[in-house]
Amino acid sequence: MDPVKANTVTNKVKVRKKRYRSEAKKDMISGYLYIAPFFIIFAIIGLYPVLFSIYLGFQKWNGLSPMTFAGLDNFKVVLTDPLFWKSVYNTIVMGIMGTAPQLVFGIIFAYLLNLAFLKFKNFFRVTIFMPYITSMVAVALIFSVLFSDHESSLVNYVLSLAGLDPVNWGSSEWGTKIAISIMVFWRWVGYNTIIYLAGIQSIPNDLYEAATIDGANKFQQLRFITMPMLKPFIVLTVFTSTVGALQLFSEPTVFLGTSAFTRDEAMTIVMYLYRDAFKLQSFGTASATAIILLVLISVFAAINVFLTSGIGRKRRGGQ
Amino acid sequence: MNNLEKARKLSVGKLLIYVFLSLTALLSLFPFYWMFVMATSPSSAYNSIPPTITPGNLLVENFKKVLNQIDFFHSMWNSFVICAVVTLVVLFISSLAGFAFAKFAFRGKNILFAAILLTMIIPPQLGLIPQYFLISKAGLLDTLPGVMVLFFLNPLGIFLMRQYISESVPDELIEAAKLDGCSNFRIYRSIILPIILPAFATLGIIVFTAAWGEFLWQFTVLRDPENYTIQVALAQLSNTRNVDFGMIMSGVFWATVPLLVVFLLFNRLFISSITDGSVK
Repeated sequence: MDPVKANTVTNKVKVRKKRYRSEAKKDMISGYLYIAPFFIIFAIIGLYPVLFSIYLGFQKWNGLSPMTFAGLDNFKVVLTDPLFWKSVYNTIVMGIMGTAPQLVFGIIFAYLLNLAFLKFKNFFRVTIFMPYITSMVAVALIFSVLFSDHESSLVNYVLSLAGLDPVNWGSSEWGTKIAISIMVFWRWVGYNTIIYLAGIQSIPNDLYEAATIDGANKFQQLRFITMPMLKPFIVLTVFTSTVGALQLFSEPTVFLGTSAFTRDEAMTIVMYLYRDAFKLQSFGTASATAIILLVLISVFAAINVFLTSGIGRKRRGGQ
Repeated sequence: MNNLEKARKLSVGKLLIYVFLSLTALLSLFPFYWMFVMATSPSSAYNSIPPTITPGNLLVENFKKVLNQIDFFHSMWNSFVICAVVTLVVLFISSLAGFAFAKFAFRGKNILFAAILLTMIIPPQLGLIPQYFLISKAGLLDTLPGVMVLFFLNPLGIFLMRQYISESVPDELIEAAKLDGCSNFRIYRSIILPIILPAFATLGIIVFTAAWGEFLWQFTVLRDPENYTIQVALAQLSNTRNVDFGMIMSGVFWATVPLLVVFLLFNRLFISSITDGSVK
C-alpha cells in the first residue's frame, strides 16, 4: 500500500484529452488509497467488533468453551435482572443530576464571559476549563477524598458547620449519586461553557445593533437573539451530554474503588456490562446489555434532541 | 432615574458578576489546591477536625510512598509512548484521508464520508468485548500496542482535516503542482502538510489528551503492573488495604502537574481545539 508507487505508475501521455482522463483516474486511485488506512482499521476494530457483539448477544459463552445459540435468553436474563434495572435507574438519575445543571450554568458562564466590560476574561475562561484537562481518574480520586465517609472529610466538615449530619458519600444510596454527579458537573461544565461561548461569539453583531436601534433591552436581546441563535449549539451539547451520561463508567468505578463492582448504589449500565463480561465471564449477557445500551442511547438522544430543537418553536408559537 | 443613579446601579450589577465569576473560579480551582494540600500532608492530617487546609512539608515523602506502591515513572512513560504513537498515526491517517475527501473526485466519496460520520455515534462499549478477544487473539493483550490499536480509529480526525484542507488549500495550488509533474503523494508531503500544521496542533491536542485520559480500554487490556499506564496505575492507589490519602493525592498531583503546565502554557490552543473539534 505505497501511494508513491501507485502514483508514479504513469504513462507519458501526449494527447491533452487523454492526459486529463488519466489524471482523473490517477486521482481516483489516490483517493481510494488515501482513505484505505482508515477503512481497513475501521473494518477490523470498529465494524467487525460491533457486528460480532450483536451476534454474541444471542449466544451463551464464557470465553473459553464453544458458544451455544441462546436465542433471546440473554436479553431475558438481563431484562429480568433487578440489578440491571437498578443500573439503568442509577445512570439516568446521575445523568440528569450531573449534566442538566451543566447546560444551564454553561450558558450563564458563556454569557457572562462574553460581556464586553469584563476584565480577566482569559483567567476566568482558563479556570472554568481547567478541570476538563484533568484526567477522569485523577478527578475521581480527588473527589473520593473530598467526599469520603469519614466525619472529618472536607465536605462532611463543611456540612457539620451548617449543622448537618455527615453523609456516607461512598456507600449510601443518595450520597454516592450526589457526589458523583457533582464530580461530573465540575469536570464537564467548562467544556460546555467553551462551546456556548463559541456559539455566542458566532452571532453577528449587527443583529444586536439592529435590536438596540429598535429599542430592545438586554434581556429581550438575550431571549430573542442569543438563545435562538444558540440553539444549534444547545442541541449539540444536549446530544453529546446525553450520550456521555449514558456511558458513565470511569467516574463511579474509580470513585468507589474496591467496592465499585460489589455495591449497587452507583452501578451504571456500562459498569453492569463490564462486571458481566470481565468479572463473571458471561459474555453473552454482557453483549446483550451492550445492544440494549445502544438502543437506550439512540432513544434518549433522539428524544432529547427532539425536545431541545422544539423549544424555540413552541415559544414562538405561544407568542 | 438620573445618570449618576444609573451608573451606580450598573456598577453594582458588574460587581455582582465579578463576585459570581470569582466564586466559580474558586470552586474550579479549590480541588486542585486541596489535592496539593493533601499531597504534602501526613495521612493523619486527614482525620483532624477541623481539616487541614494549608500545605504541609511532605511533598517528597508522600511521593516516595507512591513510588513504593506503583511504578510511577514507568507508567507515565507508558502513557506518553501510547499517546505519542497514537497521535502521530492518527494525524497521518486523518490528513491523508482528509486530503482525499477534500480534493479528489472518486466514486462513492459522499457515501463513504457519511459512513465515517456515522461511526462517530457508535458507543465505544458496544465493541468492547470482541475488541478484547481480537486483541487477545493477536497476542496483544497486556501490551502497549494492544492499547494503541483501538485509538487509531478516529473519525473526528478525518472530519476536521477534510474541513481544514478544503478551506485553506486552494485548488489552483494543487493544479499548478500537477502541471509541474508532482505526484499526488508529493503534493500531500510538500504542499498539504506545511499548510495544515495549525490543524495538526488542534487535532494533536484532541487526540493526545483523549488517549491520555481514557480509562475503560486501558483498564481492560492491561493486567501486568509493568505495562500499566498512569491512569490504571493511579486507580490502583486506592485499592490498597490501608488507604493513605496523602499518598494517593501525591500520585494524582505528580501525574496531573505536567499536563496542567502544558495546558496553562498553551491554553488558547487547548480551548480552541475544543470548539474546532465539536462546533465546525
